[in-house]
Amino acid sequence: MYRTIQFGGHALAQGIFLRSRGNGRTEIDVGHKRLSGRPVTVSGPRTGGRFHRALSKALESGHLRAGLVVAVAALGLTSAGTGPAGAQESVEILNVSYDPTREFYREYNELFNAWWIAQGNLPVTIQQSHGGAGAQARAVIDGLEATVVTLALSADIDQIAERTGRIPADWQARLPHNSSPYTSTIVFLVREGNPKGIEDWDDLVTGEVQVVTPNPKTSGGARWNFLAAWAFAERSGLDPTEFVTALYRNVPVLDSGARGSTTTFTQRGVGDVLLAWENEAFLALAELGEDKFDIVVPSVSVLAEPPVTLVDGNITSDAQGAAASAYLEHLYSPEAQALALKHYYRAWDTSKAAPGDVARFPDLDLVTIADFGGWPKVQPEYFGDGGVFDQIYRE
Amino acid sequence: MSDIALSRPVPVTTEPTFARMALIGLAVVFVALFLFAPLVTVFAEALAEGWCGVIAALTLPDARAAIGMTLTIAAIAVPLNAVFGIAAAWAIAKFDFRGKAFLITLIDLPFSVSPVVAGLMLVLLFGANSTLGAWLIANDMRIVFAFPGILLATLFVTFPFVARELIPVMIEQGKAEEEAALTLGASGWRTFLTVTLPNIRWALLYGVLLCNARAMGEFGAVAVISGKIRGQTATMPTMVEMFYNEYLSVAAFSLAAVLAMLALLTLLLKSLLEWRHADLLAATRRH
Repeated sequence: MYRTIQFGGHALAQGIFLRSRGNGRTEIDVGHKRLSGRPVTVSGPRTGGRFHRALSKALESGHLRAGLVVAVAALGLTSAGTGPAGAQESVEILNVSYDPTREFYREYNELFNAWWIAQGNLPVTIQQSHGGAGAQARAVIDGLEATVVTLALSADIDQIAERTGRIPADWQARLPHNSSPYTSTIVFLVREGNPKGIEDWDDLVTGEVQVVTPNPKTSGGARWNFLAAWAFAERSGLDPTEFVTALYRNVPVLDSGARGSTTTFTQRGVGDVLLAWENEAFLALAELGEDKFDIVVPSVSVLAEPPVTLVDGNITSDAQGAAASAYLEHLYSPEAQALALKHYYRAWDTSKAAPGDVARFPDLDLVTIADFGGWPKVQPEYFGDGGVFDQIYRE
Repeated sequence: MSDIALSRPVPVTTEPTFARMALIGLAVVFVALFLFAPLVTVFAEALAEGWCGVIAALTLPDARAAIGMTLTIAAIAVPLNAVFGIAAAWAIAKFDFRGKAFLITLIDLPFSVSPVVAGLMLVLLFGANSTLGAWLIANDMRIVFAFPGILLATLFVTFPFVARELIPVMIEQGKAEEEAALTLGASGWRTFLTVTLPNIRWALLYGVLLCNARAMGEFGAVAVISGKIRGQTATMPTMVEMFYNEYLSVAAFSLAAVLAMLALLTLLLKSLLEWRHADLLAATRRH
């Protein structure tokens, strides 16, 4: 169980809950050490101020911690000047996001606005844009004026940072958990009763199975799919290139985003198995009926960390910067984490979540991107021009 | 009494009865299957939850914004293209100049270029990574991912409709009437208003209707350049796709039904025109 705490008066941390102390403090384990501090309950009117004071102090003292503990210092840059209480003009935020977050952010935007108004601010107009993560990053690079980006993988945000300079290179250290307020993994969605008997990755490379997955060039989820298959082959002692080539030979259509693939599989009836975000698979079951599809959990999958960050270069006013920073930080609040869990994301802090929303996630052997050497290495090597994907797709 | 009077007239240009029936049947089945059935499906899906569902869907802020966006775009793009189309057709039909064939080819370009490519061209030209785009953004003029970009994309794809309708009509009519008016002392402007415009009015109206139908229905070019911001840069066709992708099928099909109604209205107007003024149309249209 994860909890967010404020410790040492100037930093936020999120870690595994250990125990509550008598004096209202909570002790958590952040991997390499234990920390204790006040639990952050971001629902009260006063705590927001403390939240922000914590940020600006973190900025002044320069305290930054590696690993799971990340002082939210850099984000404090924009909010330090005004703070939420000073934001008395109505502002707009454009959240450029990837495909499967549509339902989550629709509800989160309402949650955030209610909290934000309770802090004594004017309501924020939040605009949403959704699409394949790669395509969305491309649009931001081409001038789509995103205030915040909430994409499927850090490589896409790295691209924006590198090509426009509107995001600092060390953006991922600005928020806890590598700036990923929620995580997910890749599972299989099959037709009711699993007629093709698909149990694991090696069932996908036989001749009779049609696999639906989006294009790794434009979709973040598709890149996680690719890496999960790769990881399975490596662990099973198979040649990963051959294995993945055989898998993509069974793909009849490459959509540009995850939601496009989901509709191709569920509503147009193409294919025997959809490689899907776990949240996307659960949503398809909820929306289209549990009697139509089954979820199959493979033996190996990836820990997908969809990160969020502020596009500093697109901030036009202090008030907008303050609202946008708070918008991202509030994603780590227990209420927002509960909402993410409700929308089938694996969020960290389960303190406010319905037990059923937490219990439904199966335990999985999850490979992380670090096992592949990190996105800066993986993106060009596997998905860049002439990378592994280009080579196998040419065959 | 002759043999000729007894023999029934054998029509030489027609097929036997069964062949005719088969061909007509085939056409009817094809029309029913590929035109009528999809249209009925759109309306049936929209009404899946009754009229209340449709009304609730169409009063969603995003849907209202998309309808407003599409109508605004059409209201600006169609008159502009009517003026551009008349000017282009006038120049091509009434004057001889070098490069005329090239100009005609250029007018046809939007027909042959895929709308997605058209959208991408505009993104590349006005996007943040071009010199022009960077300058525009620095001066706070937003083209791509905003209203002007969508308008430009719509103007581009609907450009040929009016000009293409007018050029053959104007060429066929020749220059004689205008020359007569000019020799009688009429000014150029008066000649246009009293001679040319009345001559081309039916073809013009026809072109405007087609242009309008396309302006409201355009998806590809607009999808590329709109940035897909809900309630802000979404037009009706792109909003239909967004609703559909969000499992909001009643909302998606309600909006699609409104789009279909607008298209049907356009067709109805066109048919009405053709029926009421069949003789005039025959005199001025190329067929």
